[in-house]
Order: sequence, then structure tokens, then C-alpha cells
Amino acid sequence: MSRRIVIRDARHWRTGEAIDVAIENGAIVEVKPSGTGSDGLDARGAVLAPGLMDPHVHLREPGQAGKETIETGTHAAGAGGFTSVACMPNTNPVVDSPAWVEWVLRRAAEAGFCRVHPIAAVTVGQKGEQLADLAALAAAGAVAFSDDGLPVMSAETMRRALEYARPTGRPIVCHEEDLTLRGRGHMNEGPTATRLGIRGIPAAAESVMVWRDVELAALTGGRLHLAHLSCAGSFEGLRAAKRRGLAVTGETCPHYWMLTDEAVGDYDTYAKMNPPLRSARDREATIDAIVDGTIDCLATDHAPHTVEDKRQPFDQAPFGIVGLETALALTITGLVKPGHVSLARAIELWTEGPRRVFGLPEVKLAAGSPADLVLFDPAAEWTVDPPRFQTKGRNTPFTGWRLQGLVLATWCGGKATWAAPEWKPGLAQLSAR
Amino acid sequence: MPAVTMTTPAPSGAGNFLRPQTPRHLLGLEGMSRAELLEILQDAQRYRDLLDGPGIAVRELEGVTVCNAFFEGSTRTRISFELSEERLGATTVSFSSIDSSTAKGESLLDTLRVIQSMRVDLLVVRHASSGACAFLARHLEAGVINGGDGQHEHPTQGLLDLLTLRQVWQGWFEGRRIAIVGDISHSRVARSAIHGLRSMGTDVTVTGPPTLLPIGIEELGVSVAPTVEDAMRGADAVMGLRLQRERMEQGLLASPGEYSRVWGINAARVELMKPEAVVLHPGPVNRGVELASDVMDGPRSVIFEQVTNGVAVRCAVLKRCAAAMGLPGGRGAL
Repeated sequence: MSRRIVIRDARHWRTGEAIDVAIENGAIVEVKPSGTGSDGLDARGAVLAPGLMDPHVHLREPGQAGKETIETGTHAAGAGGFTSVACMPNTNPVVDSPAWVEWVLRRAAEAGFCRVHPIAAVTVGQKGEQLADLAALAAAGAVAFSDDGLPVMSAETMRRALEYARPTGRPIVCHEEDLTLRGRGHMNEGPTATRLGIRGIPAAAESVMVWRDVELAALTGGRLHLAHLSCAGSFEGLRAAKRRGLAVTGETCPHYWMLTDEAVGDYDTYAKMNPPLRSARDREATIDAIVDGTIDCLATDHAPHTVEDKRQPFDQAPFGIVGLETALALTITGLVKPGHVSLARAIELWTEGPRRVFGLPEVKLAAGSPADLVLFDPAAEWTVDPPRFQTKGRNTPFTGWRLQGLVLATWCGGKATWAAPEWKPGLAQLSAR
Repeated sequence: MPAVTMTTPAPSGAGNFLRPQTPRHLLGLEGMSRAELLEILQDAQRYRDLLDGPGIAVRELEGVTVCNAFFEGSTRTRISFELSEERLGATTVSFSSIDSSTAKGESLLDTLRVIQSMRVDLLVVRHASSGACAFLARHLEAGVINGGDGQHEHPTQGLLDLLTLRQVWQGWFEGRRIAIVGDISHSRVARSAIHGLRSMGTDVTVTGPPTLLPIGIEELGVSVAPTVEDAMRGADAVMGLRLQRERMEQGLLASPGEYSRVWGINAARVELMKPEAVVLHPGPVNRGVELASDVMDGPRSVIFEQVTNGVAVRCAVLKRCAAAMGLPGGRGAL
């Protein structure tokens, strides 16, 4: 019934050894040094790694299928080398009940191209008031809780959420933003915002909430994960929490190490996201925080919008950019190629890093592990061309950029979920089941 | 740590940040050369002379259709544009957002596409969103003239400020210094004035309450003075900016009384400037708040000259855009 496939002459992502990997029944059944055989798929020395995990995506279902669906979003994940994503609950309706968690899981099982781990709301309707049924949500399959996009402004509510969620062992994921400091801001406060006459969002709008929540983590012993950190002050807060031994983790996104607020240029709504692109100093601080281990994992904050949503005056367009299909290449181009981190470390930040944050079992390149794999050529260059994306979103500031690092194929549970057009063996040949 | 270097190619069109600054549009004064500004000012002066003369109709834009699309309240700018269009003999229609279809959920772009489809050649747009005019210019065939976009620019105001100063300074912009006082953060008037004056070679000093001075304003080529006295001492002109009551509700300021005491342009402060220095204000003026009543009505004030120059400047801008589009009335007439 099940077909055995062998990926031949791949390079082990960590050791660099030439390996042959056999897959059967959705699992890895054998990993051995490359032999002299000619059976199976010739990887030609491309790097084989455990499938990537994105801890922060917006799949937009239920309710916003015009922007993205679980099918298209996870297809984009497969194309980007991801075999797992954690999706945010700010949908319509909000995923704040076990029934909606189950619905997301069922849709993902029916139509998905990767494993989907729902993150449920912290408060009912993400209103920041009454706690959602966190224990029941965890039992239904929520890997974490977050009011992403609508920060919990009440310190008391956040304190209780951290306490109440403690027995579930699942983190509260915080979009850190003081809404009073953000005001009506639409991009980073600084010279570019001043020139454009766009109201600014100071970096402190993020960092003051980071420091608040670090204090609340200390108070409660709760498990806190800081989402998409973008500025120096926030990294300092996370660093301080770790020095104190608190159960606090944090993530950042490719656009924060690739770009500054100057990318907004002349009101480019494809460079508008929240947190916004920051100053050159913050960009350097982002790289520093990745290099020194302050950052636990990387995330895309993949946030698809329709062309019409974004085709508006800057202050009326929604926040958010897509990221799944450029994440690995931006990591290689922006972090590995300039020598900030090794390729192995970069892959850890997209695999073990996010899995540890959510307490998920490690995925290993070893017999017995699920065949969640990505094969990529770290040297291949390609040009970002949004019409070729699998996501419905075209909203990326990287259109036309020449990037290094091409995903050749992705397997999730032994099933091939992506085969790059550039790679000879087609999708049909890759499947092990 | 090595810098991340990579080639950033020209935008491919999926993004929308191409700068459509061509003579068919007037989106802002940022990036306009001294030569371009001078050309507009010279033509504006010609219109000013014509408008001051006996035959007030100029009729250089007959056959050109202009729509004044005001998505934000305005009295003087709208009347000024309408008069300019009338004087030039253009066909002109105006609307404000109160009676527009935007209230029915139509997007801004679609609303203006509909208007454009009625063979409108030029659109004068005022909108509360910074960058709204640049956005429209990217997506429309019609010429777009910025009548004030959010807190970004108000280029015809900037040009009328330049025309007024050109008259009082006898054409000499270099070696002069102007003080701009007040709410720089929220002022599109200040931004246009800064860009225009810097291109002409005039030094600009800005000052105001720290809550109303935007971060990085120095990068526009201005200096920041700590007090209004420091800013005005020895200046060749001062521009007061309108102070909106909203700023007090937002907690950016204490009271109008305190503002007036600390930042108001009064007679004693005017004396700190050069003897021939003038006082400008874009209006509407809060008498006794940003500008003392006796200063507004006094001999140094050129506020009403600014308004008259506004019509002339708008004639020049309308003609420039029409000419760049090769429109019937705009072609060849000078």
C-alpha cells in the first residue's frame, strides 16, 4: 500500500554529511551515509532538514476567505518549506471556543498542506475582558492563547490570564502594544513618518508592554511568549527576563532584520505592518538579539490581505504582509549569508525553537520520526514574484528582490506538499504514500 | 557586525510606492527644483498682475474640465481654486464628501474613477489622509493637484507663501531666514513651506512646544530653536501656524492662554525680527492665540496678500498641469 521513497545524496542540515533518507508510512525509516546506489530521488547535495514551523500566521478562516483560506495558507506554508504553522485566532468569528478550535483542525485535516496548531483567544471575543475557557481550549487542541492584534490593555486581566493558563502549560502569546501610545499611528515614529506626515507609533509603545508583561510573568510564574518583537527596548526586556530565569520567550520576523521604516518610501502600503518597520538601530538590535540567543524562534506574522484592502491611502490600509514563501530565503540572505548565524542555527530557529515554545515534540532527522522534511538549495538565487505565490496575498515589500535559498521540496507526514518548478522530479514522484 | 547588503531593485508594480511626480500632477513641493519653482512663481506673478488689472478674465483654460474634490472641510482653498478656474475659463465642478458616494461605501479610488470617466481632466483633491493625492495620481489618468493631504503637504499654499515672500524680498531668497512657529507636527502648510523655501535657498528655523515638534524634522534641512524668541530674533519673516483646539483635547497642550504666552507671535516678539520682516499665516487665524490681534492687523502682516496671491498661484498651477497633459486650453497659451 505504502510506497517507500529514498532521497539520495542529500546534505544533513546540521552535520553537513551526505545522507540517504528513506521514507515509508509517513515516517522516516532509515538515515544512512550516502551510498553508491542510483535508486530514489537524487537531491544533488541539496540540504535536507526537518520541516520548518511558523509560530505566527494568519490563515484568515473562518470568515475572511477573500484574504486567505486554510487551504491556500497552508499551501503557501508547504511552498515555503513549512510543515507546521500556529495560526492566530483573530478571525471572524474569533477562535475563542473549543468548537472553533476543532473546526480549524478539521479544515486543516481536510484541505491543509501542513500541520496546523490553532492558537485560541485569551479573552472572549478578544475583547480583553472575560477570560476564554482556556482549559477547554487547550483540551481541544489549542497550543497557546493570544489576543494577537488586540493587546490586552488591562494589566489585571493579563495577570489573571497568565495565572489561569499556568496549569495548561501553554503560553500566552502577546502582541505587545500600548494602544494609548500608539494612538492613531500608522508607521514607526521617526524622520520618514515626519516627512510623509504619517502619525508615528513610537517603539516605546511596544517595549513598555514587554516590560509590563515581564513583570507580570515574574508575579505569576506564568508562561509568556512575546510575539514579533521589533525594537531594541523590547529585546532588552526579553534579555532581562531571561537573566531573571523567567518563563519568557520571544520571536522576531524577517522584515525586522531586512528593512527599516525607510522602506515605506512613498506610502507603500505593502511595507505597512504592526509592529511597524523601525529604525536602523532597531534593525541592528534585532540581528544582535538573534545572534546572542535572546530570540528563541523566528516567525513570519504572515498576514495576507486582498489587493483592494491595500489599495487605499496609507492610513486607511490594513496592517500586515505575507511571509511564508519568502521566510527561508530572507533568513539565508539576511542572516546566514552575511555571517550573523550559521545555517544550522538559522534552521534551529525555524524548527526546534518554535516547537520548544509550544512544548511540541522535537522533529528529528532520524528513523522513527515523522517524515516532515524540507529539501532546499541554500545557494540558489531566485526573484520574488508575488503572482507565483501560493498564498492569496500579494502584499510583500520584497517584490522583485533577488534572494538566496530556494525550497526544492517539502514533505509533511511523508506526503509531498511542494515541489519547486525548478526541481526535476515532479510532485507525483515524491509521495511516499 | 557586517551590514546586510543586497540590491534593492526598482519596484515592479506590485507595491505602490512609485513617485508619480510629473508636471501633470502637483503632489508636493518636496523634490521640486529651484528652477521649477521659479517658473511657476514667474507665471503666478503674471497672473497676479492680470488679476489686479481691469480685464479680470484670463480664459487660458477654455475647454478644460476641473473637479474640486474636497473630502475634508475647506473654505478658502476651495473658493480660491474655484475662482482660479473661473478666471481661466475652465469648466468646473466641486463637491465635498458630505454629499458624495464615499458615504455609501465606495472606495476613494472608485469615486474618483467615476468622476474621471465624465471626462474630467484635472482633479483638485483635499483629503484627510497623508499621501492620498500621490495614491490617486498613481491610479488615475487625470492630473491630480494636491489641495492639502492630511499632515503631508499643501503645495499651493507653499507656493503662495513663496510668491508673497518673493514680492516682499524683491526676489532674493538666499541669505534670508524664516521662523515657522507652532504645531509643526500636524502641519501640511509647514512641510510645503519648508520644502519650497529650502529649494529656494532660504534658511528655515522651526519652533514650538516639544509635543508639536515631530521627531527628525531636522532631516528636512531646518534648524530647531528652543524658544520663539530664539527663532524670531534677526529673522526676515515669521510664519505662524494655526493651532487646533483638538491638540488640547489630545493632551498635547495645556491651554490656549498658556500657548499664547509662551509661543504666541506678539508685537514685542515681532520687534526681535529685522525691521522690514513680515508676518505670514495660512489662516484661519485664532486671534489672540497664535497671533496677537494687533500683529495680524498691523503693518508687518502680509496675510491678506497671501490670500490674493493664492488665486494667482492656483491659476499658474492649473495651467502648468493642463499644459503638461497637452490639453486644448493648456497648450501653447502664455
